Amino acid sequence: MSDVRFAKSHEWVSLDGTIATIGISDFAVKSLTDLVYLELPKLGKFLKPGDTFGVVESVKSASDLYSPVAGTVREVNTPLAQDLGALSDDPYGAGWLLKLDLEGDPAATIDGLMDRAAYDAFCASESH
Amino acid sequence: MSTGLKTPLYDWHVAQGGRIVDFAGWAMPVQYTSIVAEHVAVRTATGLFDISHMGRLWIRGPQAQAFLDRVLTTNVAALAPGQVSYSLVCNTLGGVLDDVLVTRFDAATPCQEYLLVVNASNRQKIVAWLETHRPGFDVQIDDETLATGMIAVQGPGAVSLVTPLVTGSAAGLAYYTAMRGQVLGQDAIISRTGYTGEDGFELVVPAAATQSIWETLVAAGGRPCGLGSRDTLRLEAAMPLYGHELSEAGDPLSAGLGFAVKFREGGFLGSEALAAVKQRGVTKKRVGLQLAGRRIARETLPVFAGERQIGTVTSGTFSPTLEKSIAMAVIEADAATPGASVEIEIRGSREPATIVKLPFYKRVT
Repeated sequence: MSDVRFAKSHEWVSLDGTIATIGISDFAVKSLTDLVYLELPKLGKFLKPGDTFGVVESVKSASDLYSPVAGTVREVNTPLAQDLGALSDDPYGAGWLLKLDLEGDPAATIDGLMDRAAYDAFCASESH
Repeated sequence: MSTGLKTPLYDWHVAQGGRIVDFAGWAMPVQYTSIVAEHVAVRTATGLFDISHMGRLWIRGPQAQAFLDRVLTTNVAALAPGQVSYSLVCNTLGGVLDDVLVTRFDAATPCQEYLLVVNASNRQKIVAWLETHRPGFDVQIDDETLATGMIAVQGPGAVSLVTPLVTGSAAGLAYYTAMRGQVLGQDAIISRTGYTGEDGFELVVPAAATQSIWETLVAAGGRPCGLGSRDTLRLEAAMPLYGHELSEAGDPLSAGLGFAVKFREGGFLGSEALAAVKQRGVTKKRVGLQLAGRRIARETLPVFAGERQIGTVTSGTFSPTLEKSIAMAVIEADAATPGASVEIEIRGSREPATIVKLPFYKRVT
């Protein structure tokens, strides 16, 4: 697995060959708190970078989820919608959201995304 | 209209990790940890809310009662000393300018003294409205919001938490009554009221003493709660929130607040318009909605019966007590049948819901 990369919309992506695993960051989970609803896409759906693939709702607000990369949905974490605690507690592990078959060159696909340090700095600037 | 107002507890909220948001021009904590955890604390133990942003207006003078009977929809003359009443301020068209709590205090004759607690978002508007209608009445209006702090202590543990800290019998104070007394030696108004559906108190204390009183309440086991859980709690209890269930465009009868509109000799501002609404019958009603799914039906979303839009969601949340998505909506009166199926359009998808009786939650007493 590659290092985790982050989008400004707070999704993370990690690559294993041509398969991308996508989730939302600990910062996103902490900001939302009190998650109540998750909607994930159907298998086989093609996503371009920036396409919405689902919705996560907390007591406070609803947020669209955006794909950081291009690819076709090959797997979704279906049980997660019934156990949002796993998303809150382990957003980089049990709380993964979906896997894509990547379109195009894996290295190039994550080129514009932030590494952990850049993302932490980005979050710090966003929360103030 | 953000004026950057801060309550006496602002520094405490920031130091304790409260997430600060602008609310009606005040910097207020929306939550410290989790809205749901704070909500549950109020339902099962004791929660504390900084409600210093609420407006505290004193109406004093030989004609205070007559003046308030002119501007409020409830019968102020009927209030006994210490009695608190939920009331409305309406314009002459019957639109709601604010919903308020009015308390009569036992003042030396001929002076009469009332406390009006108004919404933060409407404070300046109501002060201006009262001043407009003051001429002809021998009364004085004092806005003492900034000189005082206000703390709500809410939940089944409220009586035992508050009792050792106040003079007089907190337990003996009846629901919707208030007394003057002291909290930790500081002059205070102690009121058996709240906005959560639980038992509890609202304390008006000097601004300078607010933080030490708050810290004592926290040390005694009260859990600090933000505006987020205040909203989920009041929604479960089906209490209206100004700007959501109430507005100048809506009348109190359609909002289901007929109990706070007392037609009486001499009338009050808005009484003619409201009498006409009552005679015609309301065309809209406030109802509860329980959704089948977990999505939240937030305010302004349309409510449908088949293809016909019958109304609009005014407030929605996920109920921590029921563990269901709930909402209040104002819909056409002829469609407001408990048990009826409706749909709410949430971000392009029709979500099934059932009309239910309000409130969603009622405490067992």
